[in-house]
Amino acid sequence: MSELFLIAHLAGRWVAVAASQVDSAVDIGEVVAAPRASPAVRGLAALRSRVVTVIDTQVALGQGPALTARRAIIAAIDGHHYAFLVDAFEDVFPFERAPLSSGLVLEGRWAASATGIVERDGEPLLVLDLAALVPAGMIADDQAIAA
Amino acid sequence: MDDLLQEFIAETRETLDALSGEIVLWEANPTDRARLDAIFRFVHTVKGSCGFLDLPRLGRLAHAAEDVLAAVRDGTRVPDTALVNAVLAIVDRIGELTEAIAAGSPLDDTTEDLLIAALAEDALPVAQAMAGPQMRSASRSVRLAVDLLDRMMAGMSDMVLARNELARRLRDQPIDPRVEGALERLSLTVGEMRDTISRTRMQRIEALFSAMPRMVRDTATPLGKLVTLEVEGADVELDREMIELLRDPLVHIIRNSVDHGIESPAERRALGKREAGRLLVSARQTGNQIVLEVSDDGRGIDVDRLVAKAAAKGLHTEAKLAAMTERQRLDLIFTPGLSSRDTATAISGRGVGMDVVRANIEQIGGRIAMRNRSGAGLTIELQVPLTLSIIPAIVVGVGEQRFALPRQSIEEIVAIRGDAVRIDELGDSRVATVRGRRLPLVDLASLLGIAGGRTHALAIVGTRDGNFALGIGAVLDSEELVVKPVCPAVMGTGIYAGQTLPDSGLPMLLLDGAGVAAVAGLRFEPQAIVTENEAAVHERGIEALLFDDLDGQRRALPLAAVDRVETVSALAIRRTGGRLHLSIEGGIVPLVTMTEPPATGQVTLLRLTDGVTEIGYLIRDAHEIVTLPVAMASVRGRPGIAGVAVVNGEQVEVVDGHALFAGEMAPAAGRPLCLLHHDGTGWMDTFLRPVLEASGYRCASTLAPGETAAVTLAMDDDPPATLAGGDPVVLLRRRPAMPGEGGIYRYDRAALIAAVAAGMESRRDAVREMAR
Repeated sequence: MSELFLIAHLAGRWVAVAASQVDSAVDIGEVVAAPRASPAVRGLAALRSRVVTVIDTQVALGQGPALTARRAIIAAIDGHHYAFLVDAFEDVFPFERAPLSSGLVLEGRWAASATGIVERDGEPLLVLDLAALVPAGMIADDQAIAA
Repeated sequence: MDDLLQEFIAETRETLDALSGEIVLWEANPTDRARLDAIFRFVHTVKGSCGFLDLPRLGRLAHAAEDVLAAVRDGTRVPDTALVNAVLAIVDRIGELTEAIAAGSPLDDTTEDLLIAALAEDALPVAQAMAGPQMRSASRSVRLAVDLLDRMMAGMSDMVLARNELARRLRDQPIDPRVEGALERLSLTVGEMRDTISRTRMQRIEALFSAMPRMVRDTATPLGKLVTLEVEGADVELDREMIELLRDPLVHIIRNSVDHGIESPAERRALGKREAGRLLVSARQTGNQIVLEVSDDGRGIDVDRLVAKAAAKGLHTEAKLAAMTERQRLDLIFTPGLSSRDTATAISGRGVGMDVVRANIEQIGGRIAMRNRSGAGLTIELQVPLTLSIIPAIVVGVGEQRFALPRQSIEEIVAIRGDAVRIDELGDSRVATVRGRRLPLVDLASLLGIAGGRTHALAIVGTRDGNFALGIGAVLDSEELVVKPVCPAVMGTGIYAGQTLPDSGLPMLLLDGAGVAAVAGLRFEPQAIVTENEAAVHERGIEALLFDDLDGQRRALPLAAVDRVETVSALAIRRTGGRLHLSIEGGIVPLVTMTEPPATGQVTLLRLTDGVTEIGYLIRDAHEIVTLPVAMASVRGRPGIAGVAVVNGEQVEVVDGHALFAGEMAPAAGRPLCLLHHDGTGWMDTFLRPVLEASGYRCASTLAPGETAAVTLAMDDDPPATLAGGDPVVLLRRRPAMPGEGGIYRYDRAALIAAVAAGMESRRDAVREMAR
């Protein structure tokens, strides 16, 4: 049972995203900031006539902002369209999805968003669940930021 | 109603077209159940719509066919050829009639009885009357699926963006004027096109409201109830789909109100309410919400009974019910299967309860709230999001960024130059004073953390709780925007109402005024500021006028309420209209006294005003202006007295100015109406109206529906045509009356006012008579 995965480069490593989650992969235009939103939200961008919320994937994974990233994976999650910033992407390939190896310890946000492993030419890649990278919209987040 | 009729015609035509195949098949095989059902549904729908649209002829035909088809469905009639033919003749006739309605041409109804008679079991076969050539008028409306409109809208937005990009590219290089002209034309067309397409999704809520008077009447009449329906805000625009989704909940709420809320006329009379119940349905846009309110003056929800029923049904334990707040108890009405009513009636209470209403509203992202005034009525408020609605907005700039603000939430925008605006630091908060009005100031740039955002202007934003000044960089534009929801991560900030994609092609966030105020931590500081001022005054104490009242008591009245002190003749005081009035300066001032005023001599009068209403307070003697201490002893059982204060070592009762005016406000709220019967010279409006209005009457030259005039004024040589109902009429003379002549000389001001007051009084008596 092989699935299709989009291979993308972000936060200094290659990851796989299930193609079923991906709407499209595009170059993103100008991003308009959304002040006071969670830091993982870079802002809003127009994609044709649709407005997408741009997520700084690196920040969502608990790392520093990816200021140079201009490409993004577009995904529709819970009726909203999001653009996940990535440094680069390759093509879509079929892979066998394997469960996370036991004994593999992932830190922080990676643990919450990695759902499995695929192997590309002997190199293991984490499978990221984009939905897990969407920041929650709760006020609690803001209070945390304000504090 | 015209819209509804058009819709009905379109729908009937469509169904008929689709049905023609079914009819042929049914004719071939009369036992075919599926065909039979399709035809039954058609006549049933037509019957339903006819009742609603008041088309009795069509309704009668459809009803007859429905009866027969129902009998066939039940198996009590056999669908023989005669029956099939008779039904088909009726279906054809429905088609003809529909076309006749659409074309507005008459169609004689002589054969309709025959058509209906042919349905009877023992009917003789009737020769098919040849249908005349049908006059089919062109259809004026098309029915579209909403998602087609959505696609159209999305395509349109793409087109606008493409045009904008084209314009930008062309601007970068020398451009041929012919190309420029073509582009301009394109721009114009695209703009108009976008407006039109945007509008296709919008509909005035009137579409929902227009059916209401009929529905209320149809609900109230079988119950023997009288209901006056008032509709406000029918011009609010709402997404078409949203209107459809609101229809059922609203109908349900209104029926509930009429059925359960409003009492029978007899009951209302016994309760001292007007016989006709009042039902107010209103719509308004507030910020990013449309608020629909259904308010009645019926009996409200009997919360105790609701709780008892919940306990009886075992929904909650007694202890839990006892611990509930009033709101939670009221919210029990949303429990499935629970109603405050014991018996279901034909109108409502068929198992579809408020739980379904709430579920429907929440499904479209709305909220439902209730304000219950036990015994006095119920207000149900539906708040539904503005999503997909187009709202007029003002685009403001802060630093490099742009935001939209709903135009209707903005009272005004003022530049911070010049003397009109002043900004002060008050503690750690800032306050803007705009033309003497002090407002808390929220600086948008610092709230949003936008570096380099300088504040050059203030937008005065009105919210439900109060107003505040929002410091912005500049006003850039004013646009109609299609607002869509933003993702939860952005919505969670609480300051945005949605996002939009304006012509610039760059997304823009729509600010929510109330949200901004909340996030900025304004705890409605307009009030806080007032309190501060009051506190300052309190330290000095309130200034009051010390006087001896008519009953000899020494009392004080807040000086701010006293307009002036005058001496008047006791002869000018009359008990008219059931209370004391003073004629003064050609007008009438209502009087308040602690005891009966003297009949002769001179009296001292305090003329009190709250800025709007004026009343007089009679005293024996005014003394001096004193400062009242902050502390006052409370009083017991003395209406009109706010408390007892010690002034110069003496106990002084402080008159409750509020109570004086509150007592005065009651009649003033319904200021009696004078109907001016114009003689065509305009004298009434120019000369008479100000006099009457100054004396506390309202004036009108025509009556609004449902209004009655307390007194009608007319010239004696041109009396009103109808002197119906014995309504008091004051006739005015153009010349002073000779002895023995009736009427009042029109410049005899005092007599005129007195006559109007007397008329008013006679009317009140008459009304009282009728009430008995």
